[in-house]
Amino acid sequence: MTESVRIQNLVKAFDNPDKTAKPVLAVDTVSLDIKPGELVTLLGPSGCGKTTLLRMVAGFEEPTAGEIYFGDRHMNNVPPNRRDATMVFQSYAIFPHLSIFENVAFGLRLKSLKTAALEKRVTDVLDMVGLSGMANRSPNQLSGGQQQRVALARAIVMEPRLLLFDEPLSNLDAKLRDQMRVEIRELQQRLGITSLYVTHDQIEAMSISDRIVIMRGGKVEQVGTPREIYAQPANRFVAEFIGRANFMSAKVVDQNTVSVAGTQLAVATPLEAAPGTDVTLLIRPEFITLSASEGMLAGSVKRVMFLGNLTEYLVEVPGTEPWLIELSGADSGIFAVGETVNLSLPAAALHVLME
Amino acid sequence: MALFTKSARQIKVLARDPVLLALIVVIFASVAIFVVYPLVKVLIASLQVRGTWTLETFSQLGQRRLYRNAIVNSLSVGALVGLLGVVIGYIAAFVLTRLDVPGRRILHYLTLLPIISPPFVSAVSILFLFGFNGVITKQVLGLQDFSIYGFHGVVLSQVLTFAPIAYLSLRGVLSSINPVLEDAALNVGASGWQAFWKVTFPLSLPGVASAFLIVFIESMSDFGNPLVLAGAAFPMLAPQAYLEITGSFNLSRGAMLAVVLLIPSLTAFAIQRYYLGKRQYVTVTGKPSASASRIVSPGVKWSLYALVVLFAAVVTLFYGVIVIGAFTRVWGFDYAPTLAHFAYVFDVGFDAVTDTLIIALITTPLSGVLGMVVAFLIVRQRFPGHDLLEFGAILSFAVPGTVVGIGYILAFNSPPFVLTGTLTILVLCFVFRYVPVGIQSGVAVLRQIDPSIEEAARNLGAGSVTTFRKVTLPLIAPAFFTGLVYAFVRAMTAISAAIFLVSANWNLMTVQILNQVGSGRLGVAAAYSLVVIGIVLVAIVIIQTGVARMTRHSVSVKV
Repeated sequence: MTESVRIQNLVKAFDNPDKTAKPVLAVDTVSLDIKPGELVTLLGPSGCGKTTLLRMVAGFEEPTAGEIYFGDRHMNNVPPNRRDATMVFQSYAIFPHLSIFENVAFGLRLKSLKTAALEKRVTDVLDMVGLSGMANRSPNQLSGGQQQRVALARAIVMEPRLLLFDEPLSNLDAKLRDQMRVEIRELQQRLGITSLYVTHDQIEAMSISDRIVIMRGGKVEQVGTPREIYAQPANRFVAEFIGRANFMSAKVVDQNTVSVAGTQLAVATPLEAAPGTDVTLLIRPEFITLSASEGMLAGSVKRVMFLGNLTEYLVEVPGTEPWLIELSGADSGIFAVGETVNLSLPAAALHVLME
Repeated sequence: MALFTKSARQIKVLARDPVLLALIVVIFASVAIFVVYPLVKVLIASLQVRGTWTLETFSQLGQRRLYRNAIVNSLSVGALVGLLGVVIGYIAAFVLTRLDVPGRRILHYLTLLPIISPPFVSAVSILFLFGFNGVITKQVLGLQDFSIYGFHGVVLSQVLTFAPIAYLSLRGVLSSINPVLEDAALNVGASGWQAFWKVTFPLSLPGVASAFLIVFIESMSDFGNPLVLAGAAFPMLAPQAYLEITGSFNLSRGAMLAVVLLIPSLTAFAIQRYYLGKRQYVTVTGKPSASASRIVSPGVKWSLYALVVLFAAVVTLFYGVIVIGAFTRVWGFDYAPTLAHFAYVFDVGFDAVTDTLIIALITTPLSGVLGMVVAFLIVRQRFPGHDLLEFGAILSFAVPGTVVGIGYILAFNSPPFVLTGTLTILVLCFVFRYVPVGIQSGVAVLRQIDPSIEEAARNLGAGSVTTFRKVTLPLIAPAFFTGLVYAFVRAMTAISAAIFLVSANWNLMTVQILNQVGSGRLGVAAAYSLVVIGIVLVAIVIIQTGVARMTRHSVSVKV
């Protein structure tokens, strides 16, 4: 049932509104392999081409070039209604003139299923998404979260080869969003359906994905597990998009050392760049520790923000950009604005970007 | 080059959906044959005399005062009716949407009543009231030499007939201007007048211009009122073109006048659609704000209200007169009640009733469904010639019926299409003539519906036809209703094009009404009119029930 997906050199060009200008490449030569049962997220800012890519997989957009395969089957010329890749729409796209039951049953009815079998499948799926007892309601009687579940139920009841999610949680409030993403992930794991998921929310992507595809300007910037993407971002864009980070200009000293504002720092991963090369050092704010007495760089506290579970410091070190540092709740509230502090930077936390 | 590759790409995509492709081809072909081709035939006929190309007929315009007068008369009547119609329509729309006044619902329906009535109702009423034997002119005022025929008669009758159209269109415009804007103007110190002139009116101005042009087009195209009320001394274009063809059998002159009639109508249509259409400030927020306008003082408010009540009273009077006239033996001489006129309708003239009904019943579903399909294609599909199809499909809205009628007899009287005298020609004429209103409301409704709802249906395995039938059509039911009702009402009340197409086999009630008016039997004409109005009202109720059933959210499973 579940299926691998292969996307090869996929391109989507849209006509430029200014007729004389070149077409706009919404998706620019993207290749991607999705393994059976895997949940892959397309993540990027708006306009990065992630939704266009998803819509090409669903068959709603015609690729300008490139191929799409489900398993071994070439899909480019298969119309959207024959792709067996059901989608959860951003706007939910619930049929307003049909009851909840009929919404979920819509696709099954087209397959002329026996009434008894159809009723069982619809009822089971409604139970699964926590909507039992609501079958006869009309869509406008449901809350946003419930409509979301109807859209999900309508997609999974088809037992598709591939599930597509187009920013399914973007219309929900924060609390519901957290809850729904856990439910979606659990459901997807339980059913084992290969899934392609589009979002612009990095936390959502981190929490539900097997792998994340970071996109910008129609191109893929990096593909990797959430851990890889966070710890070893391919470039500054990816690092900024996923989580927060300090970026410091640095120079390569030797294979294991860089210098920042004249201070030499050891790195864990051996460097390939020649000594003297300008690089960017990336340090996540939660990996830095502060101490009144000892450290590698000295600076003064410019700003302190207490956020409950952590405290955020902005520290000025002469010769560098200001440093952002997050200390967990346990160590909070030790330093005040104006105090001199010392920064400790563990070698494993230093990630060198060649740019 | 880029254009061709784009078209090729679109066709490649469509080819995967053969039903859709076939549908587009068929609709293209029918629009070409039944909308464009007759117009081309009219143009050709106007430029040919006995088979040779010539501008001779057009030079008649300069030589014959009759034609020059007809042009001037039609244009001046059109402009004045447009102006008066917009003033009445604006006041009625403002009072009935923005002011808190009693009886808004009943006033709304009374104001709209003339829209659904046959074309001669107001003309016949005017004859009853102001004709040679009119109640007001003869019985009340005792005038001997007053003549209602001419400029004033036509204008009066047309204002009554077409002001409701302006009302309907301005109602939409005014009700979607957020009253908060007026409040904001008052809040920064504007007086009521200033708030109106500097905020409300400018915002509604494109709508006003649009309403004026629509009424102008209707007035130019109007055939029934001028034919009855213009009189010999006041020639107008539409009836004159008809008379050239049916009276003098001069096809090329008739065609020439039709071309002359077409020019201002098409110009107004182009301005309305392509210039004003892009300048509508109205924004649909989906948050209806029902607060009453605070910019008018009580004095102004009740004066405006009085005007609206007056218009509704005039409408009531005109229809009351028709009812009484239908049951009165000889108007002006013998007011004894009688059923003789109805007996005539149901006995001698009943063929026309059944013919009209059959034609309307065939036309309505065809036109309704075609309108929704075309709206769907226009909004949701991309194919080569997309804009051309949209233009062609709604073009007939702006083409006066007289022109269409002449075009049809020119186009379908000889091979390859021989249709004259048949039921088919009447049905085709009505379907393509009255489909634009359905299309336009379909387009308007469809644009507000999230396309992903239809994509969801496709995504779940529905083909394009199933998606249209099970999802799109129920969603655009209000537009479908509008399209069906409009098609039915117009099929029941059409005259200007139909009069060229009726035959001994297939006749229409409206043509019967005209004949009765022509031979002075106003009572029979009134009786026919009442029958038409009755049928139309019953049909609206039936259509409404049917459409409501279609959209009712279907719960067919007990869980």
